[in-house]
Amino acid sequence: MSGPLLQVDALTVHHGQLCAIDDVSFSIDEGEILAVIGANGAGKSTLLRTIAGLHHPTSGSVLLDGQVINALPPNRRVALGVSLVPEGRRLFSSMTLEENLQVGAYHANPGPFDIKRVYELFDWMPSRRKQSVWQLSGGEQQAVAIGRALVANPRVLLLDELSLGLAPIVIEKIYALVPDIIAQGVSILIVEQDVSQGVSAADRVHCLLEGRTSMTGTPAELTSEEIDRAYFGAGLSSTMPESGAAS
Amino acid sequence: MIWLNIVIQGALVGGFYALFACGLSLMFGVLKVINLAHGDMAVVAGYAAVFLAPRLHLPELWSFLVVVPVFALVGYVVQRTLIQKSIDRDPFTTLLVTFGLSVVIENLLLEVYSANGQTVNIGSLIGRSWHPASIIYVSYVSLGVLAAAVLVLLALQLFLSKSGLGRMIRAVADDQEAAQLSGANYRHIFGIAAAIAFATVALAGIAYGMMTQFAPTSGGVNLLFAFEVVVIGGIGSLWGTLVGGIALGIAQQFGAHINLSYQILAGNILFLLVLAVRPQGLFGRKNAVS
Repeated sequence: MSGPLLQVDALTVHHGQLCAIDDVSFSIDEGEILAVIGANGAGKSTLLRTIAGLHHPTSGSVLLDGQVINALPPNRRVALGVSLVPEGRRLFSSMTLEENLQVGAYHANPGPFDIKRVYELFDWMPSRRKQSVWQLSGGEQQAVAIGRALVANPRVLLLDELSLGLAPIVIEKIYALVPDIIAQGVSILIVEQDVSQGVSAADRVHCLLEGRTSMTGTPAELTSEEIDRAYFGAGLSSTMPESGAAS
Repeated sequence: MIWLNIVIQGALVGGFYALFACGLSLMFGVLKVINLAHGDMAVVAGYAAVFLAPRLHLPELWSFLVVVPVFALVGYVVQRTLIQKSIDRDPFTTLLVTFGLSVVIENLLLEVYSANGQTVNIGSLIGRSWHPASIIYVSYVSLGVLAAAVLVLLALQLFLSKSGLGRMIRAVADDQEAAQLSGANYRHIFGIAAAIAFATVALAGIAYGMMTQFAPTSGGVNLLFAFEVVVIGGIGSLWGTLVGGIALGIAQQFGAHINLSYQILAGNILFLLVLAVRPQGLFGRKNAVS
């Protein structure tokens, strides 16, 4: 593979009059983990939803293997290997755990993941596969949402706010799976409000501030002051607590 | 014995109501489209059975073998063109478009076939019935329609719960965006759902023509009953549709027993009672309405 797997080039997205994403560019190589961090309203979810095909860019493009995929609807992008785990999990509420995974597998690409493999990844699932998803805890639902995306065998997995509304111990458990997923050759694009989680899991970090890129780098070369400044904007960082997390 | 007869006759009519309403329920459940032309589609199917089937040298009784598949095809095409275009604008447009469709269909039928009543001619079968007790007559036609309704709902239930495509239809009904993210082409799924809805309404229209007379304007009143069935049974529940149809049928028979002019009134009262006491319907999920 010569070029990057997924590339976002000078992407600008509007919600009506509001410019949610303003001239953002980055790329992800095969097997890489990129974390996009930023405060509430920085445009992170819009960015992921645009890559997945749920929003249309005003200008700029999304490229997969160097091919512009701007015009493709979400289902065609899934077929090309771009799967989004949406914010708020968005499981099919009238269905059982297993049926949710079966929906994900219906249009699956060939690859290492199937429902059996997901059951190995989350060993609590087989015994509860006939349960309605609304009977599951938030963390369990998040696991099902990840499983539903994985069975489609994506080449790049987009994870939107995995940690939202979950207890720290549950978040840790879910992030512990990331190496297993990467080991199968899947690239991951994580969007997080929770900076510490995003940064510790990622190979590279891309920070958004009000729709613009405010910082990029590897976790090793970034100091927490730099991250604070990029996250909250200039001048604010000195008044903010050390962790820099919004929650 | 009189009460038993009311229940039996009500259940027989209810089978037809359920067959008629399940397409409406499916269109609303999956596409979130209220098809105001639903009743007129049934009438068109009736006319197709009466006027087109004989040209194919097909007995009118068996006309559904041709009309139902054709309607399924038409349903897919109408969905992918006309209805999808209006969904893409906004939900209110779908009401206007299907209402317009209803007006166009009624007037076209009046123009072409006049306002004369028609029936689907099934020969001597129409008069035959099973006579288990002194005052109880069970018409073979009505029994056949009830059986068809149960079979259709059973098949639909199996299809939606067991098959992959059926599961995708439920996924789109649950959360269209999440279904797209799972690889579903929701427009195609909408088309499939509309095809099923049109096929069932064609069957219902032919059944109606076998049981009684119909005219170009017969669609409206049946659409009203179908709405009542869906609300009584609960939106999105297939068995609810059957129970709702039978409940409406029994209520109407009960009203007719008291005074013939109370037939429709009794059905409306049941409908209002359910709406007041259990707005999600007998088998509906509480959050299905929101």
